Amino acid sequence: MQIYDLIIIGAGPAGITASVYSARKKVNFLIISLDVGGQAAWSGDIENYTGYQFISGPDLAQKFQEHMLKYNTALKEGEEVTGLSASGGAFLVRTDKSDYRSRSVIIASGKKSKELGVPGEKEFKNRGLTYCATCDGPLFSGKSVAVIGGGNSALDAALQLVKIAKQVNIINNTPALGGDAIMRQKVEEAGNVTVLNNSQVISVTGDKFVSAIKIKGETGISDLAVQGVFIEIGLVPNSAFAAQVEKNSKGEIKINPRNETNIPGVFAAGDVTDVPEKQIIIAAGEGSKAALSASRYLAVNKF
Amino acid sequence: MAKNVKVYSTPTCPWCIRVKQFLEENHIDFQNIDVSADQRAVDELIQKSGQMGVPVLDIEGQIIVGFDREKIKQSLGL
Repeated sequence: MQIYDLIIIGAGPAGITASVYSARKKVNFLIISLDVGGQAAWSGDIENYTGYQFISGPDLAQKFQEHMLKYNTALKEGEEVTGLSASGGAFLVRTDKSDYRSRSVIIASGKKSKELGVPGEKEFKNRGLTYCATCDGPLFSGKSVAVIGGGNSALDAALQLVKIAKQVNIINNTPALGGDAIMRQKVEEAGNVTVLNNSQVISVTGDKFVSAIKIKGETGISDLAVQGVFIEIGLVPNSAFAAQVEKNSKGEIKINPRNETNIPGVFAAGDVTDVPEKQIIIAAGEGSKAALSASRYLAVNKF
Repeated sequence: MAKNVKVYSTPTCPWCIRVKQFLEENHIDFQNIDVSADQRAVDELIQKSGQMGVPVLDIEGQIIVGFDREKIKQSLGL
């Protein structure tokens, strides 16, 4: 089996930036990912990535992809990494399709949507219930919908939906909405948004498709008729495959300022790590740091 | 004989973009149906696939939900 110098796991902003730096250092590497663009591709409007005063998530992801592939980068797309272990002085990266070996690894596998964990959630997935307002929002034209959550991702989903849906209900389980003040202001100004604070969704109901949600709020339990449910309650790191790598209580991979993990030769970058603040621009910067650290590691160890 | 391929999509969904790229890379002609612009297309999508996620492919009547590369390849004989 071929041994690469480096395997990058994940092709979001962190992994793609690591790939660009590694390509320019002429490192012999492979990048493996389930998708390209990561969460950036699922974002709505992006107005805080320097150089772009405004760009949509899918457009920025497209630009990232073009930049990565400019170097004829070896990309394994549609493969999910299921294991990472040390084997005979190298690392073995196992996916649902194959095994790969390398002398160093950058974990940039990001995060995925957290599930609500209530009755009806699994049954109605893609039957009115979705985790991606960017993708499925346009299917709810003229309908009443609920956005579950109260942070920036919930506000982002709500702002995409106000232009499409008739009525948007934000179901937030804390006393007040979080997120950026500018986004909260846009939500308040939209005119077709109702915010229910201190409210918890306890089930999703319907026949073939979603028709209502049951909410436990300040005044007891009530039903809210909606045809669409958008779950935006945060994210969990994709780090379970890296069993030997040290993580914090949230499952985020612990890194030092050089993006090193507890295992020499294994680096991590972006939202899968315990780096403070999860932003596209931070993930990209962290990806470049991890690539430079990995390249230094390879040089020092004379691989 | 080229198969009749329809892609139900929205302009912003990342997997819709990927599936269309995949078809283009393989020189497959397809009809893109933007469901965000057409409520009747939404109804057609729901009726054909029994669900509300995009993308959905209709390859000569065979319905494939999501970017399922293996199923698409098999259906198109790639």
